[in-house]
Parts: sequence; structure tokens; C-alpha cells
Amino acid sequence: MTEIRMRVNGVVHSLDVEPWVSLLDALRERLGLTGPKKGCDQGACGACTVLADGVRINACLALAVQYADKEITTIEGLAQGGELHPVQQAFIRHDGFQCGYCTSGQICSAVAMLAEHAAGMPSVVSGSAARAELTDAEIRERMSGNLCRCGAYNGILDAIREVATP
Amino acid sequence: MRPFDYVKPADVAAAVRAVATAPGAKFIGGGTNLVDLMREGIETPDTVVDLGGLPLDGVEELPDGGLRIGALVRNSALAADQRVRGRYPMLSQAILSGASAQLRNMATVGGNLLQRTRCPYFYDQAAACNKRAPGSGCDALDGFNRGHAVLGVSEQCIATHPSDMCVALAALDAVVEVESVRGTRRIPVADLHRLPGATPDVEFELAADQLITAVELPPVPVAANSRYRKVRDRASYAFALVSVAAALEVRDGAVTAARLALGGVAAKPWRAREAERLLVGGPASEESFGRAADAELAAATVRPGNAFKVALARATIVATLRDLTHGGSTA
Repeated sequence: MTEIRMRVNGVVHSLDVEPWVSLLDALRERLGLTGPKKGCDQGACGACTVLADGVRINACLALAVQYADKEITTIEGLAQGGELHPVQQAFIRHDGFQCGYCTSGQICSAVAMLAEHAAGMPSVVSGSAARAELTDAEIRERMSGNLCRCGAYNGILDAIREVATP
Repeated sequence: MRPFDYVKPADVAAAVRAVATAPGAKFIGGGTNLVDLMREGIETPDTVVDLGGLPLDGVEELPDGGLRIGALVRNSALAADQRVRGRYPMLSQAILSGASAQLRNMATVGGNLLQRTRCPYFYDQAAACNKRAPGSGCDALDGFNRGHAVLGVSEQCIATHPSDMCVALAALDAVVEVESVRGTRRIPVADLHRLPGATPDVEFELAADQLITAVELPPVPVAANSRYRKVRDRASYAFALVSVAAALEVRDGAVTAARLALGGVAAKPWRAREAERLLVGGPASEESFGRAADAELAAATVRPGNAFKVALARATIVATLRDLTHGGSTA
């Protein structure tokens, strides 16, 4: 067992975890945060997407011990003072989901994607261009790590586009 | 997952000591490949040495105009680096063509270099695989081999190396710096990965106790006009069927400098030296590009499932060089 401290959604937790426990399992099974979903458990679907120090990652391919002393944000931590995050609100307005299983990963991913874009992160769509406009093609490429098997992509795209271009 | 011991050294010396004294130890960088392989029971280390505490996450200028990239620089950080985007656009584009944003945020440069094949038979414990279980055979030879290699293959293995980043690094003559208790070594990226031959289980020119600490890019002026083009079964988030990293300089209609490497076609990033030799001094024409591609691909050994890759590689090489001839290094 390794004892780690981790700040999750603003609360510091002390956890005893075996080193082979994934960050996803630690969040779901130890802390009861079942927002991050176990879709494929192999980094292929994005349903487990959470933020580590504000950066989106796949919690299923992370060992919890690697993220000791980091600040983790899950879907449960996005709302502020009882008010849903603008991306959450937009997903509701635009029907950005059907069954909902991929949704918490989609929303966490979209929140971090918008921050990456604001910080100047390029994508393969815009190549080496200095600053890419968030066209539909850009949003689709930057969100390609999150699969939706219901096929709610059009609503997801509408929701993200609305937040990206207020 | 099979239980293992976990250590997190604070410096390189402690990290290489940790593996030198534990034969069953593995380094972990981002974990995007190793955690998956451990979960599948394909990698079964006794000890995992977490590199997350080492100060190897910077990109520094070299006196000759090149760049020194720490082994723990995240893939996304390297792709976003303005110096990389300006001087080596093919490298930024190659990284951005791979995986997803989440994975690129986790994956390190060193881990990307050492990732294992995505051959489905390698992942399937019930299948024959000489890479996973030497001597067991290769179910890919007569199986589903659409994604498999056509260059440098053997009767023992036709797996590909899945990295996009490595294709650009091979084209750019990048050099890997390696540390162990026995000292420091420098290995060209083009020599880091082995072709399968009779021992497909031996994948790297690297001993188990050697730690990649940095990748050095030499100055490559022609790379300012370069690009990476990846062809795959869906628009994003898929491994390459074929990819091309190319750089080209054209003066008065003639090619004066060229770099070319292929991905998705071999167990290593495939530096196309024969094609480069034919390109330089020749006309910047589609006919000439096609002849160079044909010469490089002449040695291809195909299977029914992947025979299309030869024509696809030729077309992708020609299209990429044509785009570079007409200027514009960006996608």
C-alpha cells in the first residue's frame, strides 16, 4: 500500500492505494465519484476523461500513485455554487447526449479543450498555424478522443460551438 | 493486474540504479501503453519505476541551432513548442496526428519511442505471436493483416511500430541519449528500433537497464518546408495505414535537399534513404517523385490483406512531395 494525498474537486483526500490501482478505480471505488465512466478501460473511448491540474487525461490509463499531490477535477466538480458549468448547460440545451454514458467524459474533455485552444495548442487540422479558429472541423478533431456510440455528435458539436463562440 | 512494487526516484542516477538492481523492473513515463499492457498481462514487471519525479521535461536550445528534448516532455507540449512548429513542422504535425488529446497530454517522448506494436495478435494471449511468446508462431501471417508491415518483414513477424512521432524523428536524424549505471550512450533514432528477423521479441537496441533521458534534434534547414501526412481508416484517432514525413527544398525546378520517412509499413520508422538519394538532383516532378517511391518500395513483401499499402504509400509519398514543391509546410 502506498499512501497518497490528492485534491479532488477541491477537497484533499488521503488514500491508501495499491500501486496497480488506476486513477479511475480510485475515483470510482474509493471516493465514490462515479461520474468518470469505465467504457473501454484501454484508452480508446474517453469516457473516463478527468482533469489533472486542469489538463485532460484518460483516468483508466493512469496509476493513482502517479497522480499523488495533483489536483483532480471530475464532472462532479465542474459546477460552481450550484450553477452548472457553461459547457454542462450547453449540452443540455443542445441534446448533446442520448444514453449519457460518454457525457461526463465529453464535458470534461470539452472544458479542457477550450482551455487548450485558448492557450494556443495547435491541432493537425490547422497544422502549424499560429492560432486556429474553432471551426467545426477543428472541434471534431480536438474532441476525437471521446467516442459516442449513440452518435450524438451533432448535438455535442452544437453545444461546444456555442460555448466557443459566445 | 499482476501486483508489483512501486518506486519513484528523484533523480536519473537513482532511477538507473533502481532498474540495475531489479531485473524485472520497468520504467513508467505517462503509462498510456504500459498500463494497458500490464492490464492485459502482456507486461508483467516485478517493479515499476515511476519517472515522474525526474527533471527531464524541458526543451532546450543547442549551440548548433538544434533542440534537446527531455525524455519526459509530454507529446502535447512538444507539438505546441513554437521552435518545433517553426523549424520542424513535420514533427509537430506527426505528434498531433497520433492518438487523442488526452493521450498526448499523458504520453512522454521517451515512452512514445518505446511503445509496443498494436498488432491484435500481440495483444491476444490466445493467439500465436513470436513477439510475445517466442517460437509460438505468427497468426498475423495468414490472419487479419490489413494493418501490417510490408517492408523489412520476416517469416516470424509482420508487426508495425505504431508511432507517428518516431517517423518524423527518423527523417530528422534525431539522436537518443541513453543513461545506465554503465554510462551514457547516444543512438540515432533510425537505429533504435530493430527489424524482426528471427527474434521479433527483441525490439530495441537498448538494454533493459538503459533509460532514455533526451532526444536531440540537429539543425535541419530543409525541415522548415516539411510536413507529415497520415492515411488511416477514420479521420482521427486511429493508427496509420501509411504515413509520410517529408521535407523538400526545390531550386529552379530541381530538388536540392530531401528527407523522407514512412510509418505504418515496418517494425521501425522507415527512413527512405534510397528514395532520398534518387530525389536529390532530380526534377521536382510527379514522375520523378513516383520513381523514387517505386525504388524505395521495390523490396516490399505483401500479404493479401496489406498488398494495397504499396500503392497507397507510393501515392502518399508523391502527394506529400507535390504539396511541398508548391510551398506551404502547414496542413
